[in-house]
Amino acid sequence: STQTRALKYSSLRSTGLRVGQVLLPGDQFFCEAEETLSLSATARRDTAVCGPGLRRSGDRVLVCVGGLLRHKAPNVFWVQSHSKRYVPAKGECVIGIVTAKSGDVFKVDVGASELASLSYLSFEGATKRNRPNVQVGDLVYAQFLVANKDMEPELVCIDGAGRANGLGVFGSGGLMVKVSLGLVRRLLAPGSELMADLSGLFPSEMVLGLNGRVWVKSSSVQQTLILSNLLQSCETLSPDQRRALFHRVKQGTL
Amino acid sequence: MKDTPLSNCERDFLLKAIEEKKRLDGRQTYDYRNIKITFGTDYGCCFVDLGKTRVMAQVSCELVAPKETRPNEGILFFNIELSPMASPAFEPGRQSELSVKLNRQLERCFRNSKCIDTESLCVVSGEKVWQIRVDVHTLNHDGNLMDAASIAAITALCHFRRPDVSIQGEEITVVSAQHSTVCLIYCTSNLDPCEREERVMDGLLMIAMNKHREICSIQSSGGIMLLKEQVLRCSKIASVKVSEITELISKALENDKKARKAGERCGFAESMPQERITALKMDETPVEMKNVTEKAEDIVKKYEAPPQSVPSPLVPAPGVGQVGQGQQNSWGLEEEDGESEEEEEMVVEDQPKNKLDQGECCK
Repeated sequence: STQTRALKYSSLRSTGLRVGQVLLPGDQFFCEAEETLSLSATARRDTAVCGPGLRRSGDRVLVCVGGLLRHKAPNVFWVQSHSKRYVPAKGECVIGIVTAKSGDVFKVDVGASELASLSYLSFEGATKRNRPNVQVGDLVYAQFLVANKDMEPELVCIDGAGRANGLGVFGSGGLMVKVSLGLVRRLLAPGSELMADLSGLFPSEMVLGLNGRVWVKSSSVQQTLILSNLLQSCETLSPDQRRALFHRVKQGTL
Repeated sequence: MKDTPLSNCERDFLLKAIEEKKRLDGRQTYDYRNIKITFGTDYGCCFVDLGKTRVMAQVSCELVAPKETRPNEGILFFNIELSPMASPAFEPGRQSELSVKLNRQLERCFRNSKCIDTESLCVVSGEKVWQIRVDVHTLNHDGNLMDAASIAAITALCHFRRPDVSIQGEEITVVSAQHSTVCLIYCTSNLDPCEREERVMDGLLMIAMNKHREICSIQSSGGIMLLKEQVLRCSKIASVKVSEITELISKALENDKKARKAGERCGFAESMPQERITALKMDETPVEMKNVTEKAEDIVKKYEAPPQSVPSPLVPAPGVGQVGQGQQNSWGLEEEDGESEEEEEMVVEDQPKNKLDQGECCK
């Protein structure tokens, strides 16, 4: 979640933060000031957009997650960290497991600290008489409608126009694995090499949830197992090692 | 905290994989995961890694008054702690069903096998005997805690040095563990289940055996019906595995003894030299790939490369490319030269032959 904060330029550059530097929780974050500040010009107020990992307290910006500082022009800063624990954010698509039906609402486990609720009516073509066919233990691909730290998270399986658009119940026959959040984001990045390499191996279907859950299905049990193991090992492989490994897999000499 | 529930799709997949004799991480049906044994600085402390499952055992001793019914024997006390560090399903404080079950199994396994000679623990008959206490702490739960706990307990007992007290002074002697007893767990015809496989299983057969091929205890829970042949087969496999594991334990003990004699620094911190904050280490898992080559080639042969939807462009003049010939202008306007028309967008449809608007595409 990004929050826009107005920051005054500080002429003190005591820590001299660089992009790509390791930051630890509790460090203070300074905007990079310009080289020279002319005294005659009026004091400008510049906005810096603070992304995940940076939080404002009083008139300082503190780092609250350990990781590397990242920057996107012109003024977006965030801290990139390796994490597996998901925190719900509005608009993100996740894979959930239905744990209970209570009244008009399904309780769905998304790997966060609370169970999210998914209403019966938030499926395509669902009415009070025409209930969707969802059982306890099913996998659903849904989007967060409400996700903040003060309220219970809510999921929906339709988009703004009422169409399913890929969301909904799925998952007969595949395997679901848990990976780190960073790996999923790498896979979903446009033009991702990782994704291209993986999809070039076997014909397969994949559903990627931003909560770190990935569902894989291929034409046989063995291929599905191979794909899921490769996916989990991609976290710790450098691009060269990964290409070498995939090459061996394609030749069947693994 | 609640553990993540097992979805129907995972359960179906795991059962199907078991039917086809495939394990999640590429092992064979009767394969164990990698066992790693490390020792701490004190005698009697050891860590056991069974794949990702990790437990620690610590042995300590104390002089107490013996039981009235057995004045000549020492006391052995086993305790398994399921700490919340191991799994989100373990809650602190409360004695859960699983912890009671594990404790009972461990006690039964070691007491019945008489692997420790309790009479040698007696100091003064009827007044003072040694009480040996084994505490096993679970650090990470990835399935098969029972095996890891039993390996850790017996290794810690073998590693432990009990102080020998006599009237003159103190000497150190080794607690004699006569034979190592190791438990093995089977579930739905798979050996050493990992956590997800454990959740899917209906029943469990536990065989505790020592290296002299004597069965110390057998336990079956979950109410599955077992055939005679299955039990016999399991016990045969158990004897093979037990001898492997016993060898591993004795090798680890020897290595540690050598290291201590040579004066090297030993202990838990020394056994992990590679740890850095940014290092993510994962062991290689051998995933079986044998049948896949033929299938992959078949698939590749069946599907040809997708046909090019656009024929290759012509270059009528440098810097200008033309794709397609263009057709009769149907707008009723005056016909202009093809090259002077400037249409930025080129509409390309799936049918490869026709319907390409005349246009220029700039390189």
